[in-house]
This record gives sequence, C-alpha cells and structure tokens, in this order.
Amino acid sequence: MSKKKSFLAIELQIRVKPDHSGVVTDGVKHSMNPFCEIAVEEAVKLKEKKLMKEVVVVSCGPQQSQETIRTALAMGADRGIHVEVSGKDYETLGPLQVSKILAALAKKEDAQLIILGKQAIDDDCNQTGQMTAALLDWPQGTFASEVSLEKDGIKVVREIDGGLETIKISTPAVLTADLRLNTPRYATLPNIMKAKKKKIANVKPADLGVDLTSRLEVLRVDEPPQRQAGMKVETVDDLVSKLKDAGKV
Amino acid sequence: FGADKLTDQQKEFQQLARKFAREEMIPVAAAYDRSGEYPFPIIKKAWELGLINGHIPQEYGGMGLSIFDSCLITEELAYACTGMQTAMEANSLGQMPVIIAGNDAQKKKYLGRMTEEPLMCAYCVTEPGAGSDVANIKTRAVRVGDDYVVNGQKMWITNGGKANWYFLLARTNPDPKCPAGKAFTGFIVDADTPGIQVGRKEMNMGQRCSDTRGITFEDVRIPKENVLITEGAGFKIAMGAFDNTRPPVAAGATGLAQRALDEATNYALERKTFGKAIAEHQAVSFILAEMAMKVELARMAYQRSAWEVDQGRRNTYYASIAKAFAGDIANQVATDAVQVFGGNGFNSEYPVEKLMRDAKIYQIYEGTAQIQRLIISREHFGKYKK
Repeated sequence: MSKKKSFLAIELQIRVKPDHSGVVTDGVKHSMNPFCEIAVEEAVKLKEKKLMKEVVVVSCGPQQSQETIRTALAMGADRGIHVEVSGKDYETLGPLQVSKILAALAKKEDAQLIILGKQAIDDDCNQTGQMTAALLDWPQGTFASEVSLEKDGIKVVREIDGGLETIKISTPAVLTADLRLNTPRYATLPNIMKAKKKKIANVKPADLGVDLTSRLEVLRVDEPPQRQAGMKVETVDDLVSKLKDAGKV
Repeated sequence: FGADKLTDQQKEFQQLARKFAREEMIPVAAAYDRSGEYPFPIIKKAWELGLINGHIPQEYGGMGLSIFDSCLITEELAYACTGMQTAMEANSLGQMPVIIAGNDAQKKKYLGRMTEEPLMCAYCVTEPGAGSDVANIKTRAVRVGDDYVVNGQKMWITNGGKANWYFLLARTNPDPKCPAGKAFTGFIVDADTPGIQVGRKEMNMGQRCSDTRGITFEDVRIPKENVLITEGAGFKIAMGAFDNTRPPVAAGATGLAQRALDEATNYALERKTFGKAIAEHQAVSFILAEMAMKVELARMAYQRSAWEVDQGRRNTYYASIAKAFAGDIANQVATDAVQVFGGNGFNSEYPVEKLMRDAKIYQIYEGTAQIQRLIISREHFGKYKK
C-alpha cells in the first residue's frame, strides 16, 4: 500500500489568505508530493521484482485527489482507494488523522507493507509514517534511501544526520521514502490509457471508524518577513562603525 | 466543442508531455541549437513514453490518438523546443500517407516497425525546383517489370538523413497534359535502397537541431508492392495528409508562441525602468496583451481544425486557417518577445532570440503562408458559389 498526498505545486506564488488563517488554495494546481512519487515508484519496483503481489495507492482529500491516484495508477499501481475528505475536515486534516485512516485501511486490506513519502512539502510535518507505524504497532524504516526485502525481514538504509544507518525490520512494516531512494518513472502514454481501466474505490473516514477531529488549531499564518534592502560600504572601518551603530557589535 | 473542457485522460496526456518538455527538453535545447546535433537521446526518451507516433492505429501497435489529442501533446513539446518537436512531427507527416492510404500489409510493415523501435521516417515531396507547385515536381518513376525505377532530386527533407523509410511522390505519367490528379504516384521507399544519396545536413536559421537534407535518387528500384493505392493516385494522398498534419503544425507554432509569451511576461514583471517593473508601463503591457490575444486565438484555431477532422469532416478550410494564423502569430509574438526583453532579447544568453529564429519556418513549411491564403480563399468562395 502506498499513500500519496496532493500538495500545492512548487513553482507557484503562494499567498497567505487575507484573514491569516492559512494559504490560498482555490484554483491552485495540486500535484503529487515528490516524496510520495518516490514511494509509489518503490512500490511498483517491488511488484516488478515479484516481491509484492499488489500495489494499492491511497489518497485522502477532496475530489481532485483522484487525479493524483490516476497518476500513480499510470505509474504501475494496481488499484486506488480515495478516502473522501473535503471542506472543513480537509482544512484540518493532519498527520494524526491520516495515520488513523491508513492504519484502519492497512488492517482492512491486510497490507504487508506501507510506503509513504517521508514528509509532505507543504507542511513538512514528517509525522504520518511514524504515527501510522505506532498505531499499528509495526516497525518503521524512515528516511529510506535503500530498501531490500530479505528472507527474514526488510533491510533499510536510512539517511540520518550523521550519515547512513542500516537497520533490519520485520514485516509487516512502514517505510518512508527519502529523496535518494529512486528516480520516479514517467507514466507512459499507453500506461495512462491502461490506468483508466484500473479501479478506484471511494471510502469515507466514517466507514473506517475514524474520527477526524483535529487536536491542533492554527492560530495564524504569516508570510516570511520581506527582505530588507542592504547597504553598501566602502571600507572595513565603515562596516565596523555601521555594525556598532546598529548595536550588533 | 469543449476547447477547455479536456477529459481527464487528455489532461493526463498533456501533463505528461508538459513534464517531459520542461524537465527533459528545455534544459538541453540551447545546446542542441548551438551544435545542430540531432537530438536522438530526447527523441528516444519521448518514444519510450509514447509521445511520438501517436497517430499510428492501435492494430499496428500505436495508440490511435485523435488529432486533437496529438495536438495537445505537440503544443507542450513545441513549448520546449520546436527543433526537437519538428524532428518528432516529421514522423507523423511521413506516416500520414500510409495511415490514410496504405493497405494492411504496408501498414503492418512500415507503421509496425515504428512502434517496435525508435525509428524516424520522412515525407519526401519538395524539390529544389518545386516547393509550392507540387504538380511541377520532376522526379520520375518508370515502371520496369515488377519495379519502379526512380530518378530525381528532393530537397529540404526533414529527417532526410535519419529516416528509415520515406514517403516519396514521383511523376509516373510523362504526358504534360495529364492532370495532376492522375500524373503522380505515392511510394514507400526504404532508406537503404541502393541509389539513394543523402545530401549534407543543411545549416538553417532556426530549428537547427532538426535534420534537413537534399536527397538524390539515382536508378532507385521500388517494388510495386510499395505503391500507395495505385499508380496515379499520389497527388491526392500527398495533399490529403496535410488535413491531418496542419493542425499539429499549428499547435507547434502555438507552443512556441506560448513560450515567447511566458518568457516575455516573466521578464516584464522583473525588469525595472523608470522606477517600476516594465510590465507596469502600458506600452509594454499592451504588447503583452496583444501577444496573449494571438496565442489564445491560435490555440482555438488549431483545436477547432483538429476537432473537425476527428469528427470525420473535411477540415481543409479550418486546417489552413489554423496553420496560416498560428505561423504568422508565432513570428509576431516571438519578435515582440525579443522587443520586451530589449537588449537582452537580442542576446543568445536569453531564450527569446532562438524563438524568433525558430518561428520563421512556420510561415514556410507545410504549405507557405501564401499557399494557405490560396487554399482559404478557394474554400471560402466555394461556400458562396451556387
């Protein structure tokens, strides 16, 4: 099972809503989170190596989440599950709620492996994978840059601050994909056409017994401060005196 | 017809083409333009993704895309580089006579191989002495036994040096009084047939990585099985291809124009003169507004012409309008983009001078701007005559 998230496409100008409650998302293009793309690619590769039987992609969100599911199907996933979350619920949907949904689906689908992107690039939470593993009481291999399925478990090479850490975990397990795990394939045109025939099931969080109430409240969203103009100085003495004036030295 | 109500599948095709264009083609376009080297690595990748040879019917291994769908893809690829896109589009032009007029055996043999390997083909009609007046071509094909023996000279053949096979138009009836509709024959010719001499790669103003050459035929023998339909049917086949290929060519010109518009707009929002972004000076914003008008209209024109032929209707009128208009505005918009960039626009470090050089050919190939006007006026008057 691999989970993907839609996020606001990176090349756009992001604008804060006038009431500072969030970011404008209306009419803005959403694409698959890059780390989720890597997760989908890894899942498809495992299936191609005949190490996994079926790749199911899950996305939680409004109608347009279906587009990202279709892209994943065109990359080689077998079927999709769209968990419908819209409106207010979608605005407050966070890692805790999503991981509850994924845990419920994992049990329902009898999944052996859940692969997610390590974090979404809109909120940078980096929590969903870890929370999902905790809820299921499964081992987790996060920040994976290399994954190999062996007879007695999964060997995961993780990217950590100090370098690379290699661990072995038993299955079923949760993995989160880091940047260097693989290079996602393009969906080819013929595969896009074939993906049309693949099924996407519609599910509501209530059907899974999941409570979407958020424990977090966003108080305020602000843009980063405008960059102030700098000043040019002629000599080092000038620089030191200006720094002294500004109380920095 | 729903110009901006694309189906989900069309949107996905467009997204794939756009991603490929931005991530694979744009980063290398300037280098290929400078070197003139044939962009085979890009073409191969595009082929692997199914972005080329879209028109080949499904029975022969292709995707049987509608002309509309192909145009969506073409516009996205052309946005990145029309030199590369022309090399890919030349496949469609070469294949079209076979798609519309080939028998099952010919389609299996010559279209089938295009989907099995990344091969190129070419449309071989123009000669040094005959461009717009196709009926004046001199390449001769004479029936000898079970073959035709061909002698003549072709010129400006896109993919001439890279093609695996050509669609060739040659004169089979020597009688000067014989009407064009009966005097010419369309052939499929394997490029490795003895007697074919491929000329040097021509150095052109723009679309420089595309391979354009002269080709000489000296006693080239073509088996009679490679005649399309029958002897004498060639002219209609050669011309009929255009109804299907002019919409994509118009789409290509539109892609170039859209690129020019995007580059000029982004520049105008950044560059400052007289204390503000130049986009805030009306002289500049009006230039951009007119560029935008032209791009939108060109898009609508090619979409209409593609849709008409997909509906099974004769689209000659719309195809000519789309090609003529898109070719003209591509040149205007690219020139305007250079103007918006000012001194920087003239410089090769900025992307717009290439667009201006690349745009010119759109008023020339696939029927000159003047020939399009001839066709349009003929079709136009045809509606009024009783």
